[in-house]
Parts: sequence; C-alpha cells; structure tokens
Amino acid sequence: MSGEAEPFIRIENVAKSFGSFQAVKDVNLTVARGEIFSLLGGSGCGKTTLLRMLAGFEDPTAGRIFIDGQDMSGIPPWERPVHMMFQSYAIFPHMSVEKNIAYGLKHERISAADRAARVAEMLDLVQLTPFAKRKPHQISGGQRQRVALARALARQPKLLLLDEPLAALDKKLREHTQFELMSIQARTGVTFIVVTHDQEEAMTLSDRIAVMDRGEVRQVGTPTEIYEYPASRFVAGFIGAISTFPARVIRLTGDLAEVDIPAMDGTFAARATPGLTEGQEITVALRPEKVAIAKTCPDAVNVVEGQVKDLAYFGKDSLYRVTLPGGDLIAVHAVNARRGPDTARPADWDDKVWLSFEPASAIILTD
Amino acid sequence: MAPRGADGPPLPGQPAGRAMSTLARWFHRRGWRDLIIATPYAWLILLFLIPFLIVVAMSLATRTPTAPPFGYGGENPVLNFRGYARLFTDTLYIRAFVTSLMNASIATIFCLLLGYPMALGLTRVSKSWRNILLMLVILPFWTSFLLRVYAWMGLMGRNSWFNRMLTDSWNWLVPSDWAITSVPMMNSNFAVILVTVYTYLPFMILPLYASLERLDPQLDEAAMDLGSRPWRVFLDVTLPQSLPGIIAGGMLVFIPAAGELVIPVLVGNPSSPMIGRIISDEFAQARDWPMASTVAVALLVLMVGPTMIYSRYQQKAEGAGSGEEKP
Ligand SMILES: Nc1ncnc2c1ncn2[C@@H]1O[C@H](COP(=O)(O)OP(=O)(O)O)[C@@H](O)[C@H]1O
Ligand SMILES: [Mg+2]
Repeated sequence: MSGEAEPFIRIENVAKSFGSFQAVKDVNLTVARGEIFSLLGGSGCGKTTLLRMLAGFEDPTAGRIFIDGQDMSGIPPWERPVHMMFQSYAIFPHMSVEKNIAYGLKHERISAADRAARVAEMLDLVQLTPFAKRKPHQISGGQRQRVALARALARQPKLLLLDEPLAALDKKLREHTQFELMSIQARTGVTFIVVTHDQEEAMTLSDRIAVMDRGEVRQVGTPTEIYEYPASRFVAGFIGAISTFPARVIRLTGDLAEVDIPAMDGTFAARATPGLTEGQEITVALRPEKVAIAKTCPDAVNVVEGQVKDLAYFGKDSLYRVTLPGGDLIAVHAVNARRGPDTARPADWDDKVWLSFEPASAIILTD
Repeated sequence: MAPRGADGPPLPGQPAGRAMSTLARWFHRRGWRDLIIATPYAWLILLFLIPFLIVVAMSLATRTPTAPPFGYGGENPVLNFRGYARLFTDTLYIRAFVTSLMNASIATIFCLLLGYPMALGLTRVSKSWRNILLMLVILPFWTSFLLRVYAWMGLMGRNSWFNRMLTDSWNWLVPSDWAITSVPMMNSNFAVILVTVYTYLPFMILPLYASLERLDPQLDEAAMDLGSRPWRVFLDVTLPQSLPGIIAGGMLVFIPAAGELVIPVLVGNPSSPMIGRIISDEFAQARDWPMASTVAVALLVLMVGPTMIYSRYQQKAEGAGSGEEKP
C-alpha cells in the first residue's frame, strides 16, 4: 500500500455553524477504503453534524469533502454514493421489512429477479429472513436496527455512515451486535464511519478513532494509540480511567525525564516526549492498571508510599484508591491472580502500601 | 376482628357494611372502566340510534292531514313502502342525489388539493409561525357562517367589483365576439362548490395537519439518502403515511357537503336542487314527513357506504401485518 495514494475520504478544513453557534470547527480527517473509523465524543460535540455533512443533509459553512476523489460540494444526498444508518433508524413504518430493504434498489436499473435476490441476500446477512413480511412495529428494537443496516447496505454503498448504531440497544445485545457489525463490515468491505459516545464501543469496533470535543477533533489514532499515547489531558481523561498529577520537568537525560510530582512528594523517572524542556510545567498521567501495589517495598525505579482509602473487589480484579503523601488519591487496578481469603489480598483498608510504576508507563502530557 | 367505635364508618363485618363494600369493591374493580367504555355507546344510542329509528319508522308511515301529519294503517298498509318506491321512480330524487354527490365529490377533491399543500406547509414552518397560521385557518369560524355566505353572494353577484374584474379580464383576453357582460356565477353548481370548498376547507386542513405533523422528518431524509428525489420522497413516504388524514378530512368534508342545505339554497341552482333542499321542502312545504324521512334514510345509507369502506380499510391496514405473522 502506498502512503501517497489518495485517501478514500478526505475532509478538508470543514466547519459548520448554526447561526452564531459553531457546531463543527475546522475538521481535517482522512479515512482509508475499507476502514472502520469512529467519531468519538460526548453528546453535542458535533459528531452527528459531521456525519450529516458527509451524507449531504447539511452543507459545510467552510471546507470541502471528497469521497473517492470526488468533491461533494453541491451534490444532493440522493446522488451521493453514501448511505446513512440513522440514530433513530428511520425505518419506514408503513412498509414491511422486505420493502424497507428493497427501497433503495428501486432506483437501480436491475431486473425484478435481481432485486429480489439482493433483498434475500440482505435478509440473510442480517438474519431476518423469517421476518421479511412483518411491519416494523412487529419486530424488536434489535431487529429494527438490523433492518436499518440491511436497508443501508442493500445498494452497496461505498461508504456507510452509522450514527450511534448501538445506542438504543440493551447492554447484552449491544455487545453481541458490535461483533456482528464488524463481521458484516469484513464480509462486505464497505467503509464504515461510526459515530459513538461510548469509548468501549469505539475501542472494540474501530480501526481508527477520532476523538472530538466541542466541534474539534482532538486526536486521531488507532485504539492503542489513543489509549496508550493520548495527546492531551482531554483525550487521556475521555478514554478509560486515569489519574493525573501536575508536575515539573527537573532534568532530561536521554529518553528519560526526571519529573517532580508534588502530589507524590518526590521525583520520578518518566519516558520523555519530544519537545520537552527542563523546568517545563507538565501533567503526569497514570493508568490504574499500570501501577503495581504491594505491602512490601518493591525493587523498582519509581516507588511511592501510600495508604489504602477504598477498595472495590470485583472478583477477577480489585480497584484500590490510595492516598498519596500529598493527600491526593490515585486509582490502582490489580488482578487477583492468587486464590485465597480476604487476608490474601495485596492490601486491605487503611493498609500502608507501596506503589510502583515503570518510567514508560508514566504519560507526560503538555496539553 | 377488632370492632371499631359506633360512630365510625360501617364495619366490614356488619351486613349493611358488607353489601356496601362488595358494591364498592365491584365498582372500583370494574365500575369506572365499564362506565368509561359505556359512555360513547350511550351517547350513540341516545343521540343517533334512537332518533334514526324514529326517522326510519316515520319513513314507513303514511301521510295524513292530521298533526303530526303521518299515521299508520287505515286504508293503507301498516308499513308503507310507497316513499322508497318513489325514490327510485321519481327522477327528482335521483337527480337530487346525483347533484349532491357530484357537488360534494368535486368540493372534497378541491379541498384536498388546496388543503394538502397548506397542511404540509404548516408542518414545515417554525413553531411560532405555525400557531399564527393555524389560528388563521380556524379564524373564519369566528364570524357567522351565514354572513360569510352572504359575502360570497355579494362577490359573485353580477354587479360586484369581483365579477366585473373577472369579466374585464376575460374580455381583455379573448376576441371581441366572445365578450360577455358579466360572469354567471350565482345560482349554479359552480357557486355551490366554491362556497362549500371555502366553508369546509378547515375541516380538511386540520386532520391532514394532524397526520402530517406526526411524521418523522428523518424518514424523508432516509428516503433521500436511499436515492429518492424530493417528489419521489413525497409519493413514497409522506403521501402513504398521511392516508388516514386524507380519509378523515375527506369524510369530514364530503358527508356534510352532500347533505348541505344552506349553501345550495342561497347560492345554488334552484332548478336542480340538492338533497338537503329536498328534505327541507318535503318537511316544511309539502308537509310530507314520511317522504322527507325516506330521503333522509336514503342519504344516510349512502353516507354509511364510504364510512364502512373507511373502517374496512383501517382494519385491513392494522390487520395486514399481524395477519401475515408467522412464528
Ligand atoms: N439544525 C441545527 N440548528 C441549530 N443547532 C444545531 C442543529 N443541529 C445541531 N445543532 C447543535 O450543534 C451541536 C452539535 O450537535 P450534534 O452534531 O447533533 O452533536 P452529537 O451528535 O455529537 O451529539 C449541538 O449543540 C446542537 O444543539
Ligand atoms: Mg448525535
């Protein structure tokens, strides 16, 4: 694969204002063919608006959108090679499941037999063949979601836009459907852009994620990049649990930085990031599972003493909240690898403990 | 069981109390529901079925010079079907029915053609505009209906500015040997249809608006997204979903328009009366109550036809899916 190839979708400096309110601000994104790309962000951050601009329901106030090399400005929704799965599913209530799925095919110049075959194929893909003749109000929420998916896929779009496709489903169905979506995407090869506010969903589904905040894209990357190498405090806090502490760079030696963390009452080693300068005020962030907890002092580079304030036992693992010397709390996640009674736990309420972490695990954030 | 004070409510253990509480329990369990279900039936029986049966009974009586001017038996059969026979033999009645149904149908179609875009427009404007426009739709009801018909009579009359304006524009448009002195609008079926459309238009707009307003605008977007142009979206998504509104509005216009009395009497063609006029004349002028009742019964039967078709359609629409439901 050549890096210079034209990306399948290119969003160039796109902005959208409603009156004086800027819903989307100067967004630049590229999406590769066949990718599952997620737009992740809190409610109201402009995800749906961006999707609607891709589908052609809203015109960008500024910027341009290219799909498969073609500039989409001025192209109405009915001429775009894009289909959307609406958050509300928007299934036609007066048509049967079968007619809903066949709707888009009406505009294709294909024979009735081909059309029927295509509908049958779609029904099979989403496992709704026995429900073909039912009306939408006679099927469950999960089945409606699959009708919406099948309807959007029937015309073989180049790009499928999914607006919170799983939000209306209950937890168990959601998990199951996630994998179904991924397998359908793999089988059809259609490029998916999925909007979600659920970070776990984004992590599970996506090849890449764009984290959005108040109309802006804050970071784009693979789930691992976003989780392990967040670019800002916002992204670090949005994805997964994390403890953050204000800190200052004391010295830089090679790829290590010596940082002073007042909350931990000491200096610690952390993997330096490019562009760091001595004396710079930074934030150090630690993921709970990257911190080890022990009742005896471990032999490690970064060790800090603390006292267990809280603990939650989940069976397979436990979550501790430990008071640091400066009075701040840090979250620590420990797997309960050894079987035993309460006394066998690494630590108990009010226990004095030692926490340790690798220099590479400490995330230095400057933004 | 602990007995309570003498001045307390009747105790459940005492005979009177037991009867009361059984009644109260029955009422609380079923009474309210039964009462609520029974109300519309009571209404229908009292105000529709009983009067209708009286009219049917009257239609089978014989006209007499007494007061009230009808009776049963005597030298005639007890049940006299003469009226029903006349209905099918006297062309006066047949023509009146045809005129009524024609005028009502044409008026209904025009109400639909005018009302649909208006109702659709109402759903597309901002909330504040919508309320103002809805007010305007029902505003005419605040002035007397008769006054409004008289206003139309004034407008359509030979010497009105309205008539003169139409006459002048016609004369300006066509060659001079086609020139006219006025547009003959009054006392015609055209006038009846025009005033009927004007009068009943809100009855078309409101149910249409109610059904269109419920539609999810996202469905339109979904259809567009799947390749339909706006006109196609209207035909595939909006129109079929507004069918209940079309039918409700159509019946609200058609049924009263067919039986309309005031409009045809005031602006209609006196030589081809509509059915309302016939009923009125038979009652008041000819004092032939049995014949008037016969015509009224016939009109009702004619009107029940469309209603039955409607409820049949509704049942089918509801049953279609569940009928095909297979495990
Ligand atoms: N048609 C519109 N008119 C005015 N404001 C809008 C419109 N559509 C969206 N917005 C505003 O834009 C912001 C982003 O909305 P949206 O894209 O739906 O957010 P998300 O899908 O991320 O929850 C919201 O604050 C919303 O109120
Ligand atoms: Mg949204």
